[in-house]
Amino acid sequence: MFNNLRIVYHQGKQYIRNTATTKVPGIFRGRPVITTEKVNETELIDLCPVNAIASNPVSIDMGKCTYCGECAKQFPNKIRFTSEYKISTNERERLIVKEGEDKLVEVNPETVRSDIHRVFGSSLKLRQVSAGGDNSCEWELNASNNVQFDMGRYGIEFVASPRHADGIVITGPITENMAEALQICYDAVPEPKIIVLVGTDAISGGIHAGSSALNRSFLDKYPVDLYIPGNPAHPLTIINGLLDLTRKKKW
Amino acid sequence: MENFTTILNNQTIPVADIPEVNYATFLEMNTGFILSSPERHCVNYFGYPVGNQIKLICCIADDNTHNIHVSSCLVNSADALDSFTARHHCFEKFEREIHENFGVGYKDHPWLKPVRYSKKRFDQSKTIANYPFYSIDSDELHEVAVGPIHAGIIEPGHFRFICNGEQILHLEIQLGYQHRGIEQQFLDKKNLLQRSTLAESIAGDTVVGHTTTFSHVWESLCGIQPSRDIEFSRTLALEMERMAIHTGDLSAVCADIAYQLGNSVLGRLRTPLINFMQEWGGNRLSKGLIRPGRNQFPFTPELAKRLTEVLEAYEPDFVEMNKQLFQLPSALSRFERTGVVSYDDVLSIGTVGMAARMSGLSRDIRSSHPYSLYPEITHEPIVKHHGDVYSRVQIRRQEVMQSMQYIRDMIANVPEYVEKEPMIGSPKPNSFTLSLVEGWRGEICHCAITDNSGELILYKIKDPSFHNWLALALAVRNNEISDFPICNKSFSLSYSGHDL
Repeated sequence: MFNNLRIVYHQGKQYIRNTATTKVPGIFRGRPVITTEKVNETELIDLCPVNAIASNPVSIDMGKCTYCGECAKQFPNKIRFTSEYKISTNERERLIVKEGEDKLVEVNPETVRSDIHRVFGSSLKLRQVSAGGDNSCEWELNASNNVQFDMGRYGIEFVASPRHADGIVITGPITENMAEALQICYDAVPEPKIIVLVGTDAISGGIHAGSSALNRSFLDKYPVDLYIPGNPAHPLTIINGLLDLTRKKKW
Repeated sequence: MENFTTILNNQTIPVADIPEVNYATFLEMNTGFILSSPERHCVNYFGYPVGNQIKLICCIADDNTHNIHVSSCLVNSADALDSFTARHHCFEKFEREIHENFGVGYKDHPWLKPVRYSKKRFDQSKTIANYPFYSIDSDELHEVAVGPIHAGIIEPGHFRFICNGEQILHLEIQLGYQHRGIEQQFLDKKNLLQRSTLAESIAGDTVVGHTTTFSHVWESLCGIQPSRDIEFSRTLALEMERMAIHTGDLSAVCADIAYQLGNSVLGRLRTPLINFMQEWGGNRLSKGLIRPGRNQFPFTPELAKRLTEVLEAYEPDFVEMNKQLFQLPSALSRFERTGVVSYDDVLSIGTVGMAARMSGLSRDIRSSHPYSLYPEITHEPIVKHHGDVYSRVQIRRQEVMQSMQYIRDMIANVPEYVEKEPMIGSPKPNSFTLSLVEGWRGEICHCAITDNSGELILYKIKDPSFHNWLALALAVRNNEISDFPICNKSFSLSYSGHDL
């Protein structure tokens, strides 16, 4: 008993007070910024392992990017990754960052489905489905619930059964062998329900895009409510994304 | 000419140097290697198509002599062969995989069940929905089916228990849900950065382990000798990964015995370790840190100073928490004699890494086939003898302390980094390379074979989980089904690393 209390005392307060404004330590590859400087675009495009870079104008698709940072390393005057971790959005196009633009990637409350604020605004229970995820986004989703990030304080939790859930969180590029289980899980969630994609693999297939072992047809059938990019997505990206989706007010 | 050739870890040889023997000799010799000494184990055994035949390559590592014996044999898809498995059970899954991919038949294999329903499987009529589970016909027994989606946030796999009341008689683990076709993608994607990124995503919890193995394969194939600063970074990152995951898994074991304090404290102690990896390379799980032939993020004396601070803050909390955990009667009663796998069993199924060391079988590539800076460290594997949950958590606790010592010794002497051009070579044609690395779970083995033009025609990956899943199935026998979660978490095996 006293030992336990001593440990609690030694730990002190671990939680991050403000998950929207805290700084991440060291280098972190978050939202990229692209300058208008002229570079050899073919070379730049060929460099990217996942075809996330396009030309005219030069752009980076954060839904495809694996955040390896190679482009910023080779073309430091053209591309820079900021440490901005609030990069989740409900619109796929907003993940495409263009040259000369330096604007936030954020949820657009105008296009969030009307039910979401009303029903999930103060409590959200989610069922996670890993469909070929490599266990990196899964680790970070778990970390979102630890005593430091403490997502539970906002009333957002992961539940064991889809019957108890308000939506599903998909990680991984969606393998063919997992496609049926994903569908069954989604069908078991009561309406209204949301779909959240976490990580580059889920959003675009990532490095696995084009592999014949995938079956991403599930995503053609239903609208996606939130894209949380990253490889893996950072817990702060996850928490802020879910909060913005369910609570950000229209002005 | 001998019937096999002998190589060292990370050595490249011409494919033609691997003797091709007839199947009877191939069988006798390789099973003979294993049967004659517990210090020998099969690190990889696989097939690939050559013309309209299948070439089998078997690699047996000898932990005493640091050698790896490689031999090969040509067979046909319609053959019905005598199985290695009938002689020694450690070949069981390798032969199932060969059967699944190429249709090769085995007369006396216990059950040629599908391994992962790979996209390129020989028999496409077999699907993951109609897996042939073992069942027992009895009114006394019931079956419990769990998965592929589990209660927590973890990867998918299906567990089928046969129980007598609360007691588990048998567990069968069906995998394959995570199959992304990674080995095929290694051949399809020609760019080195793409392949490095693929290696990172084999198992997202063993990023350093798998990328280091890939880098070793690539550098060996291209004849590149990585500089000391590169070797330093890899060794350091491997030990950091081990510390971080062991800490996180100890936290998860606490959650499974409902010890909230241990769960919270150990869970939060993982954060400074992985945050340090972000300070170093920009990613908490070390993605982007390790690349073949280059030092992507040189380790600086400033980082060494930061890491020293991180470890100084980490150590007292880790020690205090574990001291309490390991003297709690309620925790010990859940750990001790739960999920036991005997020495004979781990030897027979050929487990590696922690799942071997828990039962007195010392298998650790860091000491048996050393690479990078490990020859200088003279690593002593931590070995326990009871094969229970307690042994596995003890290993984690002690390995964290051991890794911390290695890291402190290393960062006291950071090698100088001089900016240099990355070394890029091209792979030698018609070559075979094998690389072994001890990840936190155990031995990772990657093999590559190139064609006339130096293009990859085979990239074979073996995660330690490939061997170790069967140990979990044996561990839970005769345990209560309520103890399954701690058994599972104490092994903490990879689904994606197995399914590829």
